[in-house]
Amino acid sequence: MRVLGFLLRKEFLQIFRDRTILGMLFIMPVIQLLVLANAVTFEVTSVRMAVVDMDHSSMSRGVVTSLAASGRFVPVESSQSQALADGAMLDGSVNMIVVIPEGFARKLETMRRAQVQLIFDAEDGAAAGVMRSYASAILAQYSLDVGAQIFPVVSMRLSPAAERAPVRGRPVLEVRHRGWYNPALDYREYMVPGILVILVTIVGSLLTAMNIVREKEAGTLDQLNVTPITRTTFIAAKLIPLWSIAMVDLMIGLVVARLVFHVPMLGSLLLIFVAATIYLAGALGIGLWISTVVETQQQAMFLIFSLLMVYLLMGGLFTPLRGMPVWAQWAADLNPIAHFVALMRSVLLKGSGVRDVAGHLLALTVIGACVLGIAVRQYHKSSR
Amino acid sequence: MSAAIDVHEMTRRFGNFTAVDAITFDVQRGEVFGFLGANGAGKTTAIKMLIGLLAPTSGRASVAGFDVATNAESVRRHIGYMSQRFSLYEDLTVRENITLYGGIYGLTDDEIRERGKALIGGLHLERAAGARVASLPLGWKQKLAFSVALLHRPAVVFLDEPTGGVDPITRRQFWEIIYDAAEGGTTILVTTHYLDEAEYCDRISIMVDGRIAAMGTPSEVKGRFGAASLDDVFTELVRPQAVAVAQHA
Repeated sequence: MRVLGFLLRKEFLQIFRDRTILGMLFIMPVIQLLVLANAVTFEVTSVRMAVVDMDHSSMSRGVVTSLAASGRFVPVESSQSQALADGAMLDGSVNMIVVIPEGFARKLETMRRAQVQLIFDAEDGAAAGVMRSYASAILAQYSLDVGAQIFPVVSMRLSPAAERAPVRGRPVLEVRHRGWYNPALDYREYMVPGILVILVTIVGSLLTAMNIVREKEAGTLDQLNVTPITRTTFIAAKLIPLWSIAMVDLMIGLVVARLVFHVPMLGSLLLIFVAATIYLAGALGIGLWISTVVETQQQAMFLIFSLLMVYLLMGGLFTPLRGMPVWAQWAADLNPIAHFVALMRSVLLKGSGVRDVAGHLLALTVIGACVLGIAVRQYHKSSR
Repeated sequence: MSAAIDVHEMTRRFGNFTAVDAITFDVQRGEVFGFLGANGAGKTTAIKMLIGLLAPTSGRASVAGFDVATNAESVRRHIGYMSQRFSLYEDLTVRENITLYGGIYGLTDDEIRERGKALIGGLHLERAAGARVASLPLGWKQKLAFSVALLHRPAVVFLDEPTGGVDPITRRQFWEIIYDAAEGGTTILVTTHYLDEAEYCDRISIMVDGRIAAMGTPSEVKGRFGAASLDDVFTELVRPQAVAVAQHA
């Protein structure tokens, strides 16, 4: 179509002349990727640990050494007094206390089982949970090494004033952790594909809405609407440039992910781009739809960010979907971000193929077709 | 062929508010028709209906022989429009704007080149052809926008306050372009706040409160109100409404 060619030329000329837009398109994604990927992590390293060793045996020292050797726990205090250790936790200088009771080594020798008390600062519940699973895993391994059972008796402490009774009845299971697909449990590998999704989503939906609304504000949209351009041509001329820019952004992001974060790319990149194409239909459709309901760029920006916030938080990007209430998990089935994040992770980190992610692809196709269809119907050259 | 613009009982309501109240008028081919009225009298709403941006609530209107409600696409192919808000792309150059609009209206590359050259020559813009429109003075922008609206040689051109904020000399030049176009057979409907400009029109209509309160040649209208100038007619027509508004307040 000849008219489409003229309009596409205009759009690209305008985009490449606007330095702000160019910066938003090509520099911001890289910076965001570099900053966010390093900041968004659930990993807990260098837990400051106070040791109250009342046994003074090679076994008790072995417990402390095995914790410290993991690199995640750093013994910063050692005393005979639990009161001193409690004080250290209160003023925040330690996050964890290990209490090894007197007779620990003897019990291990004679009964083949003994207890160790682990007290965690549970002010940050998520971090406490992570520390606890690390510590349990390390102790389980140590139990194997010494051929006896060591029971960690765990207390989660919100404040030292809270009751001190250990939580009982948690027998040691022999828990052997092995992170498949991400053996080092590198959170950046896990987060980077998700952050790429945020970036293409913002580029796709925000720029689409802003682009059309800017023409509304300038009055040029009315001018175009009184010409014989068809609705389809107009929409295609708006969406094709922004779609291709989002794809270029995705490419840049993947290169950064590969070169800077060494994110494995086990699956087919072609599959990623096909999925992104389908996903962007929905993202651009949302931008188009928003452009039809608002009058100013501020309104567009506000609406996009409000929507994105909900979709991102409920999309399993930062928090696992499996931890959400059932209704939220159903909502995630309708959330294109959830499908695209899951697909990206699965293809990049696990090397999943088309058949493995067919469900996500199908969902993205249906959602994209619906959103884009509704948005196109909503867009009119004249008002009723 | 019928009138270039033929409007019958055209009405537009927004909720309970009637912006345009059953107006009826026609404009002949090659005529320069002045569309006057105070702010909020319904001029822009009426124009939006005629150019297919807004659907009439009732009544009917045809432009260039096509019904605006049922055949808006044909209407769009035969009209030009220049709004009170400047409507070329500021971040594109003069030549890029010409190419864009020529392309949108389906002109061939040769036509775009020839007409573009004539347009730029006519406006003495040769040296600014490669400059971005944003860098031009307002008067030049307005003349350029008007010329671009004529590029596809439309049968009817709608000009919504084309000379707002423009100096007197440029306004004069603007009207020369309008007359040139009208002589070539183009029908022109123009709204303005400058009543001296209204005198240049073949016929005028004055809208008050959504209705046409007076219509005819400038001298007919003045004669009917026994007024010396269109200024007096305008004040006479608009004031009662202003008083009524003041009483409501």
